[in-house]
Amino acid sequence: MGLYFLCLALFCVGLYGVLRKRNLVKIIIGLAIIEYAMNLFFVLLGYRFHGRAPIDAQDQAILNMVDPLPQALVLTSIVIGLGVTALLISIAIRIYEKYGTFDITKIRKLRG
Amino acid sequence: MIKDPRTGMTLIVKTITRLTVGLILLFGIYIILHGHISPGGGFAGGVIVALSFVHMMLAFGKDIAASKISTNLASNLESIGALMFLAVALLGFLGGTFFLNVLAKGTPFTLFSSGTIIFSNISIGIKVGVGLFAIFLALVILEKSKQEDNS
Amino acid sequence: MKPANIIPLFVIVPLAAAFLISLLGKYVRRFSSAAISLSSVLLLALSLYSCVLLKSAPAKVLVYKVGGWIPPFGICMVLDGLTAFMLVTVNLVAFFVAIYSLAYMNKYTDKPKFFTLFSLMVCGMNGLIITGDLFNLFVFLEIASIASYALVAFGTEAEELEASFKYAIMGSVASAFIFLGIAFLYGFTSTLNMADMAAVLNNKPNLWLLPFVSVLFLMGFGLKAALVPFHAWLPDAHPSAPASISAMLSGVLIKALGVYALVRIFFNIIGVTHTFLTILMFLGALSMVAAVILALSQWDFKRLLAYHSISQIGYIFLGIGLGTPLGILGGLFHLFNHSLFKSLLFLNSGAIDYAVGTRDLREMGGLNKVMPVTAGTSLVASLSIAGIPPFNGFFSKLIIIIACIQKGYLGYGLCAVIASILTLASFMKVQKYAFFGQLKGGFTNIKEVPWQMKFSMLCLAIMCIAGGVMLLPFLKPFLKDAVNVLVEGTRYAEIVMREVVR
Repeated sequence: MGLYFLCLALFCVGLYGVLRKRNLVKIIIGLAIIEYAMNLFFVLLGYRFHGRAPIDAQDQAILNMVDPLPQALVLTSIVIGLGVTALLISIAIRIYEKYGTFDITKIRKLRG
Repeated sequence: MIKDPRTGMTLIVKTITRLTVGLILLFGIYIILHGHISPGGGFAGGVIVALSFVHMMLAFGKDIAASKISTNLASNLESIGALMFLAVALLGFLGGTFFLNVLAKGTPFTLFSSGTIIFSNISIGIKVGVGLFAIFLALVILEKSKQEDNS
Repeated sequence: MKPANIIPLFVIVPLAAAFLISLLGKYVRRFSSAAISLSSVLLLALSLYSCVLLKSAPAKVLVYKVGGWIPPFGICMVLDGLTAFMLVTVNLVAFFVAIYSLAYMNKYTDKPKFFTLFSLMVCGMNGLIITGDLFNLFVFLEIASIASYALVAFGTEAEELEASFKYAIMGSVASAFIFLGIAFLYGFTSTLNMADMAAVLNNKPNLWLLPFVSVLFLMGFGLKAALVPFHAWLPDAHPSAPASISAMLSGVLIKALGVYALVRIFFNIIGVTHTFLTILMFLGALSMVAAVILALSQWDFKRLLAYHSISQIGYIFLGIGLGTPLGILGGLFHLFNHSLFKSLLFLNSGAIDYAVGTRDLREMGGLNKVMPVTAGTSLVASLSIAGIPPFNGFFSKLIIIIACIQKGYLGYGLCAVIASILTLASFMKVQKYAFFGQLKGGFTNIKEVPWQMKFSMLCLAIMCIAGGVMLLPFLKPFLKDAVNVLVEGTRYAEIVMREVVR
């Protein structure tokens, strides 16, 4: 039970980074921490007591495995996170070329 | 050009890279092909294949890596990987439903025992590997054009 | 050949088009234009055919098992009344925007990349609408969202990059909340199939889980749908995109990703409670009034249209939040109408941008002498959004207000009327400054836009005028089936499970 709360605490750390940091790169790192926390939470949901890794081998019985479904889904989620991070970093580099700064309080051409 | 001291990193890094890049590529291909009997599969193996090219780019400089796989070739290979995956999925229509596993499934735990899963893994491996390397190439091209503007 | 076999084609066709355009668009000239037109026509024909198919299906539901695996072990794709309604909306608008983009994207640099991303966005939206599995919904949601982040930044000017960065960060945090909600639901019910999950949730007692998951989903999907506390990304992202992408984003993306997903999860899986409906209605009324007041002071044409999008989404949520069949009918009918006239308005702003080169209302004037088609269709769309009879906006707003009064919520009905009056005022301002009045000096040699853009705008305007016929008896099943799916609520589970084993 404590492990789940630790995962949600990590989620809140990442959320603090997205909300309060002024540098663009730190916001992207905060988003990455949010995604790690979510993936960790989802994998931990599949744990069974005294379970072993869910790999089918010739000499071991098919019993006592942890739940393999969250592991497959988290693989998809990691790929999605990779795509978003790559896109955000490219946009951040281009913003630096246009505005000359990474500070979000100075990147405010759109308002109203 | 490989021994040029102006581009890339020092001589020690270049020598070790020349020895290990091929092994990393081979390991990535092994993980892709054995995706149905051991952990890994298309995505994890694809990332390792991409890392072997990125390793070459970090050690030797952008020009040598771009001469192995140029930007155009990367873009085309990526689309071909995605179309191969779609073709494997459409092959299921021969058996009745979308994505059905239509090839023969041999004895378990051997290499060709999973029907169409191995072809899905190979196409995902190509797409992810080349795609990640294309992302690195694109970011490096932005940096290089900025340096040429400054100097 | 079973009739359900056409369901995967909604995902296969745009995906194949996207990667073929990416591969061959550089080498074969005009291949991207031909491929995108062909795929849009095919998708529109398939969505209209699926409506016809649904009439002859038993129990009005078609289920397709992907890979031959029986649900709940495998993913299933479900085609019911609400799905067919949303498919027609999305593919109709996508077809007209694709034809429009053939001429409009000559002003930007890279057509094959644009059409690849556009096709991927349509694939994501179609996949989200037809899927019957909760994690599959999340994956298609992410595909459509990432394609739209890249499309908003397509012109790579300074403002577009800033708007796209804001949109991407807020959208990713919303997706994180949605993923957390899906994780909690999976941990509780140990299944991901929508029908199975509905059956399990109805039988197991749960004290704290459902309100917590409801709040998470409301935050996540509310941001995708631009409800008022979560709307801050929309007035920056929608004006900065190219005009055809603004039409797609405002017209269908916030509805497919936000309204449809929210409504499907809450009405069919979790089950609505009175508290939740009250919250939905309150947020809807708040969106309506706050956004239209903010829109009154805007001088940028596209930013004004973006604020009005938030306001009209408030109407849709007010209608759906009432819970009565008449209210839900009004909400869904307004969703369909808003897709038509909001995309038409954004396409008009793109036509003005293409011909004149500005988006500021104070710099335009007297354009209806030199651009008659654009001015005429803009007048039709403005009257529709303001709710003037006999255009289609009038009917849907009337149904929502009558449903409010029937249920006794006179205050919300008054909010709806006030918002409608302020919308009318705002669009009279647009018409006066942009189209009527004196023609400015440098504008005398402006020509009308190319025929692809004129064709799309004229067709959408004709459908706005004729929108009232949706309520006639022979076309009414189109809306009635969608309303029935929502009114039945969690009995969706039994219906789908019965179809699966057939």
